[in-house]
Amino acid sequence: MVVAASLSAPRHHFGLRHAVVRRRGSTLLGPVTLALPPVGLTIVLGPNGAGKTTMLRAMHGLDRLSEGEVLSDEPLQAARRKQGFVFQSPIMLRRSVRANLAYPLKLDRVPSGQAAEAVERWAKRTGLTAVIDNPAPSLSGGEKQKLALARALIRKPELVFLDEPCANLDGRSTREIEELLSEAVEDGTRIVMTTHNIAQARRLATDAVFLFQGLIHEQGPADRFFDQPQRPETQGFLKGDLIE
Amino acid sequence: MNDILQGLVSAFWLVVTFDADLVEISLRSLQVSLSALVLASAIAIPLGTWLAIRRFRYRRATIALLNALMGLPPVVVGLIVYILLSRSGPFGVLGLLFTPTAMIIAQVIIITPLIASITHQAMRDLWADYHDLLISLNASKRDRIAALIMDGRRTLLTASLAGFGRAIGEVGAIMIVGGNIDNATRVLTTAIALETGKGDFALALALGFVLIALAIAVNVLIHVLSRTERAGRW
Ligand SMILES: Nc1ncnc2c1ncn2[C@@H]1O[C@H](COP(=O)(O)OP(=O)(O)O)[C@@H](O)[C@H]1O
Ligand SMILES: [Mg+2]
Repeated sequence: MVVAASLSAPRHHFGLRHAVVRRRGSTLLGPVTLALPPVGLTIVLGPNGAGKTTMLRAMHGLDRLSEGEVLSDEPLQAARRKQGFVFQSPIMLRRSVRANLAYPLKLDRVPSGQAAEAVERWAKRTGLTAVIDNPAPSLSGGEKQKLALARALIRKPELVFLDEPCANLDGRSTREIEELLSEAVEDGTRIVMTTHNIAQARRLATDAVFLFQGLIHEQGPADRFFDQPQRPETQGFLKGDLIE
Repeated sequence: MNDILQGLVSAFWLVVTFDADLVEISLRSLQVSLSALVLASAIAIPLGTWLAIRRFRYRRATIALLNALMGLPPVVVGLIVYILLSRSGPFGVLGLLFTPTAMIIAQVIIITPLIASITHQAMRDLWADYHDLLISLNASKRDRIAALIMDGRRTLLTASLAGFGRAIGEVGAIMIVGGNIDNATRVLTTAIALETGKGDFALALALGFVLIALAIAVNVLIHVLSRTERAGRW
């Protein structure tokens, strides 16, 4: 994926240092240290239970770290204000599609005329205009994911986390989501996304991280990561071997 | 059997001719129970929501207390309020005993735990659903509570309805603290008890019809309100 050159302005640093997440005595993640490159789309790959969700939630400040820290220029709350998170099973407010899209803007006290205009624009961009007045919980799986993504992007965040956004979607919905993500990256949004779909990872990644049993086994720019993986676990996973 | 038939006919006439006593008693019933409903909801809905989303030290104890209060027999509530408001009680100087205010106080105590408990359960489920999203969006505490109340409003309406049903049909507590005084504190339920005791089935039955009709009417009204509100929003 090509990233626009105009985005070479100084960017915020973001990452994890010696981060460990433990729950009920067992270590789910870490210690991991990760510095996100300033632009692009980072794919976090790994088998089920590797700790991908745990790592994303920790970076967004949804789960507390047992050790280590989230590296950020700002304190947690302020940093999260500039981030978005799309959950694996999208959380729909029990309101209309329109009200779901408008909600983050309402929290920001954006004037209603301006908010309404943004809502219409994003509904159009995600193909949700026809269902904009329907209750969000009644949408199809693909529509819910697109709504959740639009709701995350409508605030123009600097960094968006997506947890398996296409896990249960058909080809068409997956392509639509991927197009939205590519556009967002071109607009300068930093994206971190988990998937265990290797083909999708290759299509989207500017860089990749391989997580296995709570540890980062390999990370680097996409071309090197996919074409010359260094570690046997990564090689096996990319070849489609069953690892556990 | 003839008595009852006779009573039914007279009851029907009392209702269709808007008998003055009947109207007065009915309006007082409505006034007392609706006041109690508004006050109890104003306490119980924020309380139940707060219990659902805040972790604090005595949370479990508070929920247990709420559930215990829900099982409190209304007559006992009446007795306690009576003691508190009686001339020698701590609030005796207010002179509230045997007034509609005393009846409202008793009803608020009876229905607040019920409304708070239903609110707590509904809000807890909604909060489990919304938690991650609202935290992710950095919604303030106030915004989170507003979102829960907004999106849980139909359940909250149901909770309030349950409270109203309990309030308007309640007789033991308001009999004790209100005294069933003619033209002052007589309401539908206490009047029915009195007229039945006197053997005046006509008035008792008429009052019974009104009580049932009122309960149904308020239910339908709130239901319709909630529907139109949803239609406007969605
Ligand atoms: N709250 C929790 N308490 C205990 N174990 C958990 C919790 N959440 C996740 N886990 C466990 O942590 C491991 C990593 O989970 P997760 O981050 O969801 O993996 P992934 O997203 O890569 O599939 C799994 O073994 C999972 O069962
Ligand atoms: Mg996961």
